[in-house]
Amino acid sequence: MHSNRYCNRIIVLPFSVLLEIRVKPDNSGVVTDGVKHSMNPFCEIAVEEAVKLKEKKLIKEVVAVSCGPQQSQETIRTALAMGADRGIHVEVAGKDYETLGPLQVSKIMAALAKKEDAQLIILGKQAIDDDCNQTGQMTAALLDWPQGTFASEVSLDGDKVKVVREIDGGLETIKISTPAVLTADLRLNTPRYATLPNIMKAKKKKIANVKPADLGVDLTSRLEVLKVEEPPQRQAGVKVETVEDLVGKLKETGRI
Amino acid sequence: VRGYTPLLNTAPHSQERSSYGLTDEQKEFQKVAFDFAANEMAPHMAEWDQKEIFPVETMRKAAQLGFGGIYVQPDVGGSGLSRLDTSVIFEALSTGCVSTTAYISIHNMCAWMIDTFGNNEQREKFCPDLCLMEKFASYCLTEPGSGSDAASLLTTAQRKGDLYILNGSKAFISGGGDTDIYVVMCRTGGKGPKGISCLVVEKGTPGLSFGKKEKKVGWNSQPTRAVIFEDCAVPVINRLGEEGQGFGIAMKGLNGGRINIASCSLGAAHACVQLARDHLLVRKQFGETLSNNQFLQFRLAEMATKLVASRLLVREAATALQDGRPDAVSLCSMAKLFVTDECFNICNQALQMHGGYGYLKDYAVQQFVRDIRVHQILEGTNEVMRMIISRNLLTEL
Repeated sequence: MHSNRYCNRIIVLPFSVLLEIRVKPDNSGVVTDGVKHSMNPFCEIAVEEAVKLKEKKLIKEVVAVSCGPQQSQETIRTALAMGADRGIHVEVAGKDYETLGPLQVSKIMAALAKKEDAQLIILGKQAIDDDCNQTGQMTAALLDWPQGTFASEVSLDGDKVKVVREIDGGLETIKISTPAVLTADLRLNTPRYATLPNIMKAKKKKIANVKPADLGVDLTSRLEVLKVEEPPQRQAGVKVETVEDLVGKLKETGRI
Repeated sequence: VRGYTPLLNTAPHSQERSSYGLTDEQKEFQKVAFDFAANEMAPHMAEWDQKEIFPVETMRKAAQLGFGGIYVQPDVGGSGLSRLDTSVIFEALSTGCVSTTAYISIHNMCAWMIDTFGNNEQREKFCPDLCLMEKFASYCLTEPGSGSDAASLLTTAQRKGDLYILNGSKAFISGGGDTDIYVVMCRTGGKGPKGISCLVVEKGTPGLSFGKKEKKVGWNSQPTRAVIFEDCAVPVINRLGEEGQGFGIAMKGLNGGRINIASCSLGAAHACVQLARDHLLVRKQFGETLSNNQFLQFRLAEMATKLVASRLLVREAATALQDGRPDAVSLCSMAKLFVTDECFNICNQALQMHGGYGYLKDYAVQQFVRDIRVHQILEGTNEVMRMIISRNLLTEL
């Protein structure tokens, strides 16, 4: 019985990221007003993987979830145009959105996973604007589910998932049981372009609106950002005449 | 070779400016088109130009996304979108390669003509393959002896039973020789526009041959050849509409074609403003970046202003055509006239701002200039646009 069970529902969590980073004049954060957002590239790969699994008929439904202000709906629509079946927009705006971090998002995801009875959660391995690389892992911990992170290959086999992970030493293959959390790495797949007909079909797909409070999630951040600074400006180099000068300079600046 | 870096990596805010006023859905279409242009076209645009490659596989990839029959009806494989959606898409695609996008727009125009004026048998026979770009199309109106004076065309189609026998030749046909479906305006009746009919001629028909591939200043990713008919027998069932309706069909096709060509010019100008801006921020002379030079600042401001003005005019014309407004023909002509001229100037000024580097083929700006120069000439010269506009003005009651 167990070995014939297959995945019913995948939740993907496409996040939108800032396309241009400028530090605010008061060093309290980065400017977000009027800066264009776009779906995080690793999340695009996650959505693509979920849609592929559905096309292989290994799972029944793909739900795209995004947490954030109104414009997060655009990210969900892109996921729908790629082939997700429906969306859930968890409304987080204003101050709450500024302090929204991996811990809060993973609490939301854990609550939704239980509510939606999902068998798989697939996310991008990290967001390219904050580089946290925490949400997937935290979500798995909160749910006490196994995790397959930095996935470069995913295959479903009954109620188990085989994941090839990209690690510093090379590739590691693991087998985990569902329900599970996976995070997508760069080489997992090449995301498809949305087609014009699919963009139009996406308009008819439903996006439900949910508030974090409805899920019983407390968004208070345990972190306080003290300061955000740009990296130091690149200094001009120094030209030297001879190799001896070069060695001398390197010793002087403590490089050797 | 310093290739053309895709816009997506550099200035999202300039992409965003071109999306103001669009619906969410149109922004999605635009995003796909920009992504496709940056990833599938821009990296190859120089090679396609220099080696004169007709990028069939890339265009078929575009067709998979729905770009083969953008305003063709869905029941025969089209995407069923509006003229404004189409303009937005071609403007974005053009930032990747003007020449290829312009051909795609001509192909779309032909597919639309068959979709709109063909009967169900013709639509079902030709449109699905065209929408997927399994087959490619060419639009055949111009002849060696009739360009602006299109209605004086001489290619004859003599009725013999259930065939028309075609004799004559067409000039400057985009795609000619490499495409499969030729939408041909030919004379079945007397002189003038009322004697002209529209026939669909398939490649491989005996009596259909092609001239040499023309050597052009730009538009090099599409072959241009003369199309020659020598006792070429075409079934009567391939005629779109009735005898004598051909010129009207041709002109209606061109209204949309003019918006499309203007949209291609917009994309080129958009790319060139971007390139010029980036160059001004990097190039230093007299101890500072060119961006500190007031003349260049003012010049860039003028370029950007004319770009925005052009964009608004094209989109207004597209909306007018979609809604069937009485001023649509005038607006399409005005858009084509104004936008192709202004955008050429923008691209040309961008080249000037690059100094000597602008003249090198390693830099993309010269290809945009060469590619859009012809937009001021084809689909009705900008002089003919003035004829249409003034005629409408002077015959208004």
